[in-house]
Amino acid sequence: MVVVGAGIVGAACAFYGARAGLEITVLERGAVAAGTTGAGEGNLLLSDKAAGPELQLALRSSALWSELGEELDGEAFELERKGGVVVASSADALTALRDFAAEQRALGVDSEPLDHTQLHEVEPHLSRALAGGAFYPGDLQVQPMLAAATLLAAVRGYGAVIRTGVEVTGSVLTGGRLSGVRTSAGVVSADYVVNAAGTWGGQVSARLGAEVPILPRRGFVLVTEPLPRVIRHKVYSADYVANVASDNEGLETSPVVEGTRSGTVLIGASRERVGFDRTISIPVVRQLAAQAVALFPVLAAINLMRVYAGFRPYCPDHLPVIGADPRVPGLLHACGHEGAGIGLAPATGELIAGLITGQPTSVDPKPFSPERLIGPAT
Amino acid sequence: MTAFTFDDRPIDFVEGQSVGAALINAGIYSWRVTRRAGTRRGLFCGIGVCYDCLVTVNGAPNQRACQVAAATGMAVTTQTGTGHDDLAR
Amino acid sequence: MTSPAEKSPAEKSPAEFTAQPAVAVIGAGPAGLAAAVHAAEQGAVTVLIDSGPRLGGQYWRHQKGDLDAPDATYHDLVRRLESLVAAGRLTVRLEHHVWSVRADESGCAVAAVDRRDPGRPGELRLRAAAVVLAVGAYDRPVPFPGWDLPGVLTVGGAQALLKGSGVAVGPRVLVAGSGPFLLPVATALAASGADVLGVHEANRGSGWLRQLPAAASQPAKLREAAGYAVGLARHRIPLRTGSVVVAAHGADRLEAVTLARLDRAGKVRDGTRRRLAVDVLAIGYGFSTQSELPLQAGCALRATADGTLAVTTDRTQQTSNPRVYAAGETTGVGGAQLAVAEGTVAGSYAARAAAGHSPAAPTEPEAIEPVEPVVLVAIRTRDRLRRFAAAMHAVYPVPRFWLDTLEPDTVVCRCEEVTVAEIDAAIGNGARDARSVKLLSRAGMGWCQGRECGYATSCLTALRTGQPLDLESGAGRSVAAPIPLGLIAQADIAQADIAQADTARAHTAAPPLS
Repeated sequence: MVVVGAGIVGAACAFYGARAGLEITVLERGAVAAGTTGAGEGNLLLSDKAAGPELQLALRSSALWSELGEELDGEAFELERKGGVVVASSADALTALRDFAAEQRALGVDSEPLDHTQLHEVEPHLSRALAGGAFYPGDLQVQPMLAAATLLAAVRGYGAVIRTGVEVTGSVLTGGRLSGVRTSAGVVSADYVVNAAGTWGGQVSARLGAEVPILPRRGFVLVTEPLPRVIRHKVYSADYVANVASDNEGLETSPVVEGTRSGTVLIGASRERVGFDRTISIPVVRQLAAQAVALFPVLAAINLMRVYAGFRPYCPDHLPVIGADPRVPGLLHACGHEGAGIGLAPATGELIAGLITGQPTSVDPKPFSPERLIGPAT
Repeated sequence: MTAFTFDDRPIDFVEGQSVGAALINAGIYSWRVTRRAGTRRGLFCGIGVCYDCLVTVNGAPNQRACQVAAATGMAVTTQTGTGHDDLAR
Repeated sequence: MTSPAEKSPAEKSPAEFTAQPAVAVIGAGPAGLAAAVHAAEQGAVTVLIDSGPRLGGQYWRHQKGDLDAPDATYHDLVRRLESLVAAGRLTVRLEHHVWSVRADESGCAVAAVDRRDPGRPGELRLRAAAVVLAVGAYDRPVPFPGWDLPGVLTVGGAQALLKGSGVAVGPRVLVAGSGPFLLPVATALAASGADVLGVHEANRGSGWLRQLPAAASQPAKLREAAGYAVGLARHRIPLRTGSVVVAAHGADRLEAVTLARLDRAGKVRDGTRRRLAVDVLAIGYGFSTQSELPLQAGCALRATADGTLAVTTDRTQQTSNPRVYAAGETTGVGGAQLAVAEGTVAGSYAARAAAGHSPAAPTEPEAIEPVEPVVLVAIRTRDRLRRFAAAMHAVYPVPRFWLDTLEPDTVVCRCEEVTVAEIDAAIGNGARDARSVKLLSRAGMGWCQGRECGYATSCLTALRTGQPLDLESGAGRSVAAPIPLGLIAQADIAQADIAQADTARAHTAAPPLS
């Protein structure tokens, strides 16, 4: 099995594939976790997921991340049961949040309602102007690059080969079936090829003769000077959930603020569909800063140190593409996780390994099948 | 007499000197303790680029000693870690 | 102790807006001063912005009215600047640290942190038709065991303390590193009473011989070099070439250094290590240019022979972005005289561009009419000094010995305290370029944003991975100076600013040259 892409999803596919006894080669055009994985905050969120297939995948991933934490030393990749705090600025927003949480609870997502006072016990620096919120103890965080690196180190332990700086350029077909890939370093043969190229998964799929529609959705993250533990959880506005699911082409921002182990505070989240343009937009930076300061007034005096851009890989229907592509036998996709790839990676990897080895899978793969995007095979 | 205090000790300076220059003139070469290893640091680049000379001035942390002009009555204190320990509650 | 709420800068110092300038010059050292004066004299409404508290930058550290070290060019420029300010044609903003420069077809947006009152910062936001980046350079350090001890500082830092604040470090000082800058600093320290134990130049004098043709065309530079030799002799300062500091020792501050000799290949020669007790080590291996604003503005860069990133400019000092000009050390280190020549050219052509003259790059400067004699002279001076600077870059490459001195626990990134072992671990985890090393190890993610360790991290990464040296990927900084979130948070005002820009520029653009 060849995995294209050494981001978190590729690393997880390689890990579960290797554990299932497959012989693995990981091919990465750049460096480990150099794409969207390196630009993310590393969250596994249950709190922002409505009932549906993505929540099923997230719940399975949550269990798997905990397992991985035991198995691979979670400390090495900073696995933390950080918990999420969702805040509502108005009474109406709070009611909507409560309804959303009730629906999630029925599906196994724990949350506790927080009133005005409880909110400040949980996050002492939050603005006093908020109506209330909810605490989600199941939201996890990992350091995404270290998580990818740790998984790949384990994969190496199974005898797998990780080749960075190797770009996939095309496919090798034998009798109509994929038998390998052409790369910048020659042909690499394989029975199965997993496209885990994230935001670049569309390009890779086209090179392999079965294109899937993966597009970039740009986001900026603001990074502050290091602080002590001022912000304890991932804290975001209830508006964020609506933005994630939105099909709006234009700019959307909602405040997402969290502290990190290194002491910096990360501030998001913006969403724009502007192609692969890394230019930092100062008006967007100002908007994100304004929203963060409104949520945490203490941040007004804290310095911004840097801003970076990342590209979330999204599919038109906001679900990842996981499964075999009927157009090119031997090709599987595992990409298009939008902003949730870190969280969804283990369940994705497990699903891919299950589909290849024919083992029963713990999550129904059907909603993620590439066929939904391309129509059934003819 | 122009003087500010560094950790309650008076430091003489000449008008136009930076806080860092006045401290070095008084034989003091470090005024910060790093947040990870807890090692001492002072002035390094001297021109505002390296941020190694961070110090707390009148309660405001993370001021570059090489850039802040010394002023009479200023309270300069050794900075430990992020300088924001007061925010952790 | 003030409470956090009281510290909020947003409440106390609202963002400030000036009239829209036609040309914004960033940096008030030799290049920026010359650029601002020439842009304003050509009729462009000009603003000159610098992070420091006075004009002159790192090179001209004169106090006002200080005639101790008279420099005719400096005094001439300041006199002209003062009359332009009095005439309302030039605005000077000191203690304003530019954190963002973005330039596209619609104009240039510049934003700066106003630090005139350090306890209450503000923000200056303005738009200009053209920008001149004269942002300078700073000492390039390389890591070695103990380099983070108090008492180890850069040569430029020792110089700034002496010239800017009248403080001589010491009492026992060793000056080490590479480049002609070591000599005047050692001499000046000795003249101020420091006990300068020696100047240890890593490169060998014989490099000069190969560059003699270029040096011979610069008699002034040869006289300058001879003057330094005399200065060292007068103060009995020994000059050792091919000699380097391989370690610094001490508990809470510097107590001693280990010196060693280099062989012809630039490696530490066995059996040559010796320990020397010192109070201060002043060290520097040439300069790194301030490259983040050029990169923000989309300017193309190149690496010069001394391992420094430099902005690529054409004959008119225009960068690859037609609205952006660059002058001085940022285009490649070459000294104050070259910086003034480049600033003169850059300011003149930026004023033309702002006035609506074709920003397209001409192949010959004479192709643009009219060109004042002073600009033509500056162009010739610049071309001559550039050739000399290129020759000097070849004489003082950064030696490679330091890579062999590193111990696993040697700090590379001073801000985040990232060690050699942690960088090696990042590479072991699959990082293969400077960017992924940074993301995995946190080297370059602290307060200085990799300005101090970026060169070393790039070199270490290239050495360990076998990849080519990549200086540029670590040189971009999206935020060029830390700025309180409360200041940048005023988003509505920023949008109004941009919306009004065209109207405002129409009123303030310089009249076309006759």
